[in-house]
Amino acid sequence: MHWLLAALGIQIAGGLVALVAGRSARLATLAGAVSSVVGCGMGLAGLAAIYWGDSASTFHVAWNVPFGSLSLDVDPLSAFFSLPVLVLSPLAAIYASGYLVPFRDRKSLGGLWFSYNLLTAGMLTVTLARNGVLFLVAWEVMSLAAFFLITFDDERQEVRDAGRTFLIATHLSTAALLVMFVLLGNNSASLDFVDFAAGPGAAPASLVFLLAVLGFGTKAGLMPLGAWLPEAYPAAPSFVSAVMSGAMSKLGIYGLLRIVLVVSDIQPWWGWLLVALGAISAVLGILAALAQNDLKRLLAYSSIENLGIITMGVGLAVVGFATDSFTLATLGFAGALFHILNHAMIKGLLFLGAGAIAQSAGTRQLDLLGGLLKRMPWTGAAFVIGAVAIAGLPPLNAFASEFLMYSASLGSEGLLGPSPTSIVALAVIGSLALAGGLAAFCFAKAIGIALLGEPRTPQASDAREPAGLMILPLILLAAGCAAFALFSPLVVNKLMPVVAQLTHQSAEATAILAAGALGSLAWVAQMSCGLVVIIGGLAVARKLLLAGREVTTSGTWGCGYARPTPRIQYTASSFTQPAVEFFGVLVRSRRQLKAPTGLFPRWGSLSTANTDMSKDLIYRPMFDSIGLALSKLRWLQHGRIHLYILYVGCTILALVIWYASVELAPDNARRVEAISQTTPDL
Amino acid sequence: MHGEGSIPLVLTLVLAPFFLGVINRTKAIVGGRTGQPLLQVYFDLFKLLGKGAVYSRTTTWVFRAGPIVGLAAVLLVATLVPFGPFRALVSFDGDLILLAYLLGLGRMSTVLAALDTGSPFEGMGASREVMFSALAEPALLLGLAALARATHVLSLTEMHRLLDASGWANEGLAISLVAVALVVVFLAENSRIPVDDPNTHLELTMVHEVMVLDHGGPDFAYILYGAALKLWILGSLVTGLVVPAGTTVAVVELGVALASMLGLAILVGLIESSMARLRMIRVPQLLVGAVALSSLALVLEFGGL
Repeated sequence: MHWLLAALGIQIAGGLVALVAGRSARLATLAGAVSSVVGCGMGLAGLAAIYWGDSASTFHVAWNVPFGSLSLDVDPLSAFFSLPVLVLSPLAAIYASGYLVPFRDRKSLGGLWFSYNLLTAGMLTVTLARNGVLFLVAWEVMSLAAFFLITFDDERQEVRDAGRTFLIATHLSTAALLVMFVLLGNNSASLDFVDFAAGPGAAPASLVFLLAVLGFGTKAGLMPLGAWLPEAYPAAPSFVSAVMSGAMSKLGIYGLLRIVLVVSDIQPWWGWLLVALGAISAVLGILAALAQNDLKRLLAYSSIENLGIITMGVGLAVVGFATDSFTLATLGFAGALFHILNHAMIKGLLFLGAGAIAQSAGTRQLDLLGGLLKRMPWTGAAFVIGAVAIAGLPPLNAFASEFLMYSASLGSEGLLGPSPTSIVALAVIGSLALAGGLAAFCFAKAIGIALLGEPRTPQASDAREPAGLMILPLILLAAGCAAFALFSPLVVNKLMPVVAQLTHQSAEATAILAAGALGSLAWVAQMSCGLVVIIGGLAVARKLLLAGREVTTSGTWGCGYARPTPRIQYTASSFTQPAVEFFGVLVRSRRQLKAPTGLFPRWGSLSTANTDMSKDLIYRPMFDSIGLALSKLRWLQHGRIHLYILYVGCTILALVIWYASVELAPDNARRVEAISQTTPDL
Repeated sequence: MHGEGSIPLVLTLVLAPFFLGVINRTKAIVGGRTGQPLLQVYFDLFKLLGKGAVYSRTTTWVFRAGPIVGLAAVLLVATLVPFGPFRALVSFDGDLILLAYLLGLGRMSTVLAALDTGSPFEGMGASREVMFSALAEPALLLGLAALARATHVLSLTEMHRLLDASGWANEGLAISLVAVALVVVFLAENSRIPVDDPNTHLELTMVHEVMVLDHGGPDFAYILYGAALKLWILGSLVTGLVVPAGTTVAVVELGVALASMLGLAILVGLIESSMARLRMIRVPQLLVGAVALSSLALVLEFGGL
């Protein structure tokens, strides 16, 4: 545990040094990046020490904040969710030290690095916190740090808008969580998580769960709660988008799982709700991603899709847990957890790669890119691996986790079992299949338009490989994707303690429950290795066949057209047009066509714009109507200062009366006493 | 792994090009021509393997990897599918998922290789291919899920074994719905009429053929062989479902399976001779129809509780 505390300390200290050294961009970068790498390294060492049993896993110190205590604990669930944080943050920091070079002259980097290290420290604390107040404080630190990171490039209007949207969304989420913790702590002496578990079940569990879905689902970016996400991820610097998508959004899932652990009396419909939300997010998320022409917006929507897939896994598991179908619960949790790791790696890789592409070519618009694989071979190859992986194709890692989820939903407690669980499982299978095909479509477009073919603009043609510091994390993450696929049974075995904790089963029972699916997964891994071997064999065979024969190069066959230009290539919009047309209602793509007219037409134009469905259909009308309703209270705001003082006076008087009534009421006197006993400084 | 499992694999590897030959011969006969030799595809493969190669200057390693990954994926799929009385070389619970996703990998590699050429025609074909397969995939997986629900097993080999005459007697309606859905998937995945016309000469209207325009020599041999294998594999999935394995005599069963494959080839040839391909915008509707049939089969299975 001391290692982990030291990790937090180093991060914050490094951030402060960077803040002080803000004038010197080099020094700030050095302090920020080194403290991030060292701090996260120590954090990993701390997890290892606890894993091998060499270190205490808990830490508890009183805190003179009402209901608060500095209570930290490392259980399997916390350790698991701190892994993406501790692995992705330093990699992104290394990348950032190259990525930020162009900003050196026009921006102070001190504040950026301070926020970045606070973000990491905040995320780590969220996973470890065992007290409601501490959790909320860490949650807020994390969210505010993220806000300052998102608005780093604040000269641009869309960045400021995105920051505002994020700030509103994250505070709505915190509001839900605040109410949730108040309900949980209703009957217990403190807001320590252990007291929730032990306390007499007072708050209605379902209400707590719904608030958790609202609060944590917003952070995870589930549709329709995650309307902030496609704004915020593209606006943030790419290494921040990588951490936000890879690590921070997962903490939403962490929160849900933690609440499922804390609350007793779990209902099957909770799982149905999660599966429904997950399925909606998965299918609508990937459809929206398909329509995007901005590379980072596309990745942002794909994050929604994957968080949806993870949520479907959790939902299946919750259904299984609530109905005593423990194979379903075990495999659902295992699939969701494995997909969390895989998605963290892949999406980290893709956002970092997208950042390198955007910086090199000067734009994120797919239709202005092209031919980058030749110009940026390492970045491009890593991006191709990431994109094939995220499309859920073998032999890469996301297929392995999706396979586990299929195994869960197909099994004897899923599709082959009794209804209604079998119908839920069927929904999962159908959504996974549809989202899988569409994801392949989406990422064929991302690779094909951005990296392959001929460059569509001079900037794309001049793009070059970025600095080595930016390539290294990409290669490490791509290697991780391949390794996690080929050794998937080993990885899933290591996840079993977390699964056992979530299902309240012993390690032996969990191993038995998962044995069948793990056997199948072993086959999948072997087949993946076989695929690699066959690919190698076929490549050698072709090489031998072509040895000594004439191998020439020429232009692409233009079907008889002799003067092709890069502009005749298929564009991102034209590539996805069939799907956007077919799923028209769900994609909300608007096109404006000015057709050429007249006998000798000179001019015509076609433009397409994609709007966010939940923003259009839910949030804009909602906030508009709230604004309209509140405008009726405008007479309160008249600008007369003496009346404002009267408001303040009335409020204080009302509070005094309320406090006195609480103090004097016989029922509550005991409770106040109890609280002041546990927190003597109150 | 099972010893007898190598038999379906060998049959697939050897007979797949012949299947294509039968389709071509059927079309020729119906069209009043003599047609190419039944073994023409073998001759083509042999000829292509003996040639050099021309690569577009635009292309990268993705283009060169395309045919290799595509063929490797289909070769692996060939190990998963049982044939007649023989179980597949590899079978495990959930192998049907791997089958669908390996086909997806093969498609992805072809599509990326097509986009790598920068040709607008190949981009067009790639776009159509991924669109159609995005709809064919749910139809395939839901159809297989319905069969899993009907037979209560999760591997293709076990499913094939249990879908005998008594299975048909009990679940006949659901199975026949799945069979129709799988035939549509079979035609779409293999770019046959009414989804795509393998004999068309106009690049604008092609789907699969236009994507491989720039491949030649051994690369094109890999693609051609991969396409033949895929046709055979999905075909044997359909015939294995429709023609139940009823007897216990292995030789008879093998004969029935081979005869039904021959029948399927002739059927495809007859379809291609008797109708034109659908308009591009109608194809998704056909595929959604297949998804609907698979779903209906599932509903029947759930109703049978």
